[in-house]
Amino acid sequence: MKLIFEKSVPGRRAYRPADDDIDAPARIPKNFLRDRPAALPELSELDVVRHFTELSNRNFGVDTGFYPLGSCTMKYNPKVTERISHYPGFVHLHPLLPQLPGGEMLVQGALAVLHDIDMMLREICGMAAFTMQPLAGAHGELTGAMIIAAYHADKGNDKTTILIPDSAHGTNPASAAIAGYDVQTVPSDDTGVMDIDALAEAMNDKVAAVMLTCPNTLGLFNPRIKELCKMAHDVDALVYYDGANLNALLGRCRPGDIGFDLVHVNLHKTFATPHGGGGPGAGPVGVCEKLIPYLPTSVIADKPDGSYWLDYDRPKSIGYIAPFYGNFAVILKAYIYTLMLGTDGLERVSQNAVLNANYVKEKLKAHFDLPFGQTCKHEFVLSASRQAKNGVRAMDIAKALIDRGFHPPTVYFPLIVPEAMMIEPTETESKETLDTFIAAMIEIAELAQSNPEELTGCPRTTPVGRLDETLAARKPDLASLE
Amino acid sequence: MPFIANTDKQREQMLNESGMSAEDLFADIPADLRCNRLQIGRGLSEQEVRRHMAALSDKNASGLISFLGGGFYDHFVPAAVEAMASRSEFYTAYTPYQPEASQGTLQAIYEYQSAICRLTEMEVANASLYDGGTAVYEAVMMAMRITGRNRVIVDEAVNPVYRKILRSYTTNLGIEFVQTSWHDGGADREKIAAELNDQTAAIVVQNPNFFGCLDDFADLADAAHKHGALLIVSCYPISLGMVRTPGQMGADIVVGEGQSLGLALAFGGPYLGFMATRKKFVRKMPGRVVGRTVDSEGRDGFVLTLQTREQHIRREKAMSNICTNEGLCALTATIYLSLLGKEGLRELAQTCADKANYAQKRLLEIPGVTTHFPNRWYFNEFVLRLPVASAQRVIRRLLERGISAGFPLSRYYDDMENSLLVAVTEKRTKEQIDLLAHTLEVSL
Repeated sequence: MKLIFEKSVPGRRAYRPADDDIDAPARIPKNFLRDRPAALPELSELDVVRHFTELSNRNFGVDTGFYPLGSCTMKYNPKVTERISHYPGFVHLHPLLPQLPGGEMLVQGALAVLHDIDMMLREICGMAAFTMQPLAGAHGELTGAMIIAAYHADKGNDKTTILIPDSAHGTNPASAAIAGYDVQTVPSDDTGVMDIDALAEAMNDKVAAVMLTCPNTLGLFNPRIKELCKMAHDVDALVYYDGANLNALLGRCRPGDIGFDLVHVNLHKTFATPHGGGGPGAGPVGVCEKLIPYLPTSVIADKPDGSYWLDYDRPKSIGYIAPFYGNFAVILKAYIYTLMLGTDGLERVSQNAVLNANYVKEKLKAHFDLPFGQTCKHEFVLSASRQAKNGVRAMDIAKALIDRGFHPPTVYFPLIVPEAMMIEPTETESKETLDTFIAAMIEIAELAQSNPEELTGCPRTTPVGRLDETLAARKPDLASLE
Repeated sequence: MPFIANTDKQREQMLNESGMSAEDLFADIPADLRCNRLQIGRGLSEQEVRRHMAALSDKNASGLISFLGGGFYDHFVPAAVEAMASRSEFYTAYTPYQPEASQGTLQAIYEYQSAICRLTEMEVANASLYDGGTAVYEAVMMAMRITGRNRVIVDEAVNPVYRKILRSYTTNLGIEFVQTSWHDGGADREKIAAELNDQTAAIVVQNPNFFGCLDDFADLADAAHKHGALLIVSCYPISLGMVRTPGQMGADIVVGEGQSLGLALAFGGPYLGFMATRKKFVRKMPGRVVGRTVDSEGRDGFVLTLQTREQHIRREKAMSNICTNEGLCALTATIYLSLLGKEGLRELAQTCADKANYAQKRLLEIPGVTTHFPNRWYFNEFVLRLPVASAQRVIRRLLERGISAGFPLSRYYDDMENSLLVAVTEKRTKEQIDLLAHTLEVSL
């Protein structure tokens, strides 16, 4: 398919921005102007519409089909949230308005949304307060690591290290390192959760925090999680909850009650906001009481008369981590979703997410290796080691699934399982969809025995076959210039 | 139950076939860790939630005539932008890890990267960052990686919010952070020269700067390069329809807020940070990048590439902890730029500049109102000095009359109590500008 630039026809126009009500041409001197117009395509509106429609046809989303991408929680994104995000009072609201004198009263509806979802997240997670500002999950982690640093600096603690399990998402160590910490990896034990003896060995006065996902990336709930939090607290280390997998625990158990001091929540996972093909997300961070002073600037507060205002005067705050109040339109969608679910709906989410995962796991465990067989939470990890002996690797299975109309699971993660396939069905999928997927996986497992070459040539139904990633990295072609 | 497909009967069947009971599902959570029933309330129907949200929307002032900018602008968005960006094959997809099933997202990002390069006259761009402020921070970190130095000079005419973000992120990292005060509305060359040395990683400037003033930073690029430092320029993409490009000035890293490229103001986000640089620095650039390659049959296709810089491979040694881009926002910007096209963007920039020019002339007719920086040229935003002690009071009076007159610079700058930053986009009509002038005159 041609690039949009290759479809350009000199002189063709779509949108015309000018209106003719003003005749006062600005005469900016030449040395401040560009020599020639930017080489953007010249197209009609229909050209543009056809181009992007064709591109959309080359994409697979949750609306296209089953998307069991582990740790990404690819649940259905309700349409009503899209509709409401375009209401005029939300879509055109300038973020600097509340910084104008009297401006806070002009954005009370928006501040109410930020205030109310903060309250709901406190209740759901058992935390004392949230900041809605972090613009993605990884941004939440970095914010959390900065809060951890501010807390220890304030207390005069000399802390250098953050402990992270070997099953963690790559963002955890990256965020800790970028906040200025050394990262030490703690191994998992043979049941798939953090090795508590290894943690005890690594724990000392230099440890600033332990960063954990719970349930972890294998979909397992650590039964000794409370003990683990206590070990950290005994050396005045904080415990950080990576909320990537919160979907499994909604209404069942709260990170704050377990003993976590900080959490981030991925609104684009648990709270059904669209992933957008890689963003925008939102990663609000919740903290326990003693960490409230360090939350980023500003914080939403309420007045006795019920109106809301923004508090910028917070001397211990880590400061600005985003320009304003977070990815507001994303937060708005998560708020609407939570209102629609209510308490019962939230419980139903975790119940169905966990049931769907266990159902698929039980149906597939005879056909693939299942390194950790206990009851899983929202996701589980299979290994294609058995198939790999016949030359069919996890990636081949992924590509074969594409040909069968499914988005593949997350493959080769977590790193501690060879040929990993991490499957997260989510609660919004029906038994019929799961059964079709299970049948496809079994068929693929059988083909891996009988006709492995059939699989290594997949996908065959897509606009392109497997792409040469080595060439892409060795000779980067990253832009079509003129 | 909303958004759940399975019936009670199906759930029972699934539990049976899995050899489990309903209690087994959460039996691994110790009893003392189970929570009480959440107090979130009853779930609302779609009709109820729409009513509730419409009431909240109505509590926000959506009908203001706005001259408020400050880095975030009220531009017109053609209907086709939203129609295309809201195709759910795009917005319900994840990061394109499986390229064969994601060519739509991937090609769109490649086209976005290309459009950003063409706009800024740079050689490579990433797939986007969170916003213009965090993009400045990422650019500074990148310059430190490239130069191996940790001293950064930042012009105080760079958006104050960006400078605050930069300050928070670099607190723990031992960075020497030097802010040079502006002179006559622009980057002070003498002060920058005095601070620039062989330990300097980068100079950070903005064009047009926070006061709307235009500059040509070619001399600063030369000065930086003489000391082995880099020039980082933050810019306003709509201005690049006509304004001299950072590429032409010799900038090494170009960043900016992409909100004006077809994205709603939406009370602060989601927005888009763009970043472009020279080819030689590409392996030090943070964030996702899409590259063009071929499949086994020689067909062109697109993949995420240069991933060995990234967190999921490098973990604590990654260039950045960033995991995604602002994919849907980048797609929106690409559709917007494609619709405007070469002539459309030039014309749009000219229209904004003309209207701002008219507005400034008109406002300067008000007795006592003067321009703050008479020696400077501007694009579509300028600073007025009001003949009163406080711009704040005037802004409040105009807000009461349905006009958002601009931004009070005293919020971020000392000694600018009576200064008002006024932005004019193509959406403002002559009538609205005249109304602003009239209302301001009677409110002074």
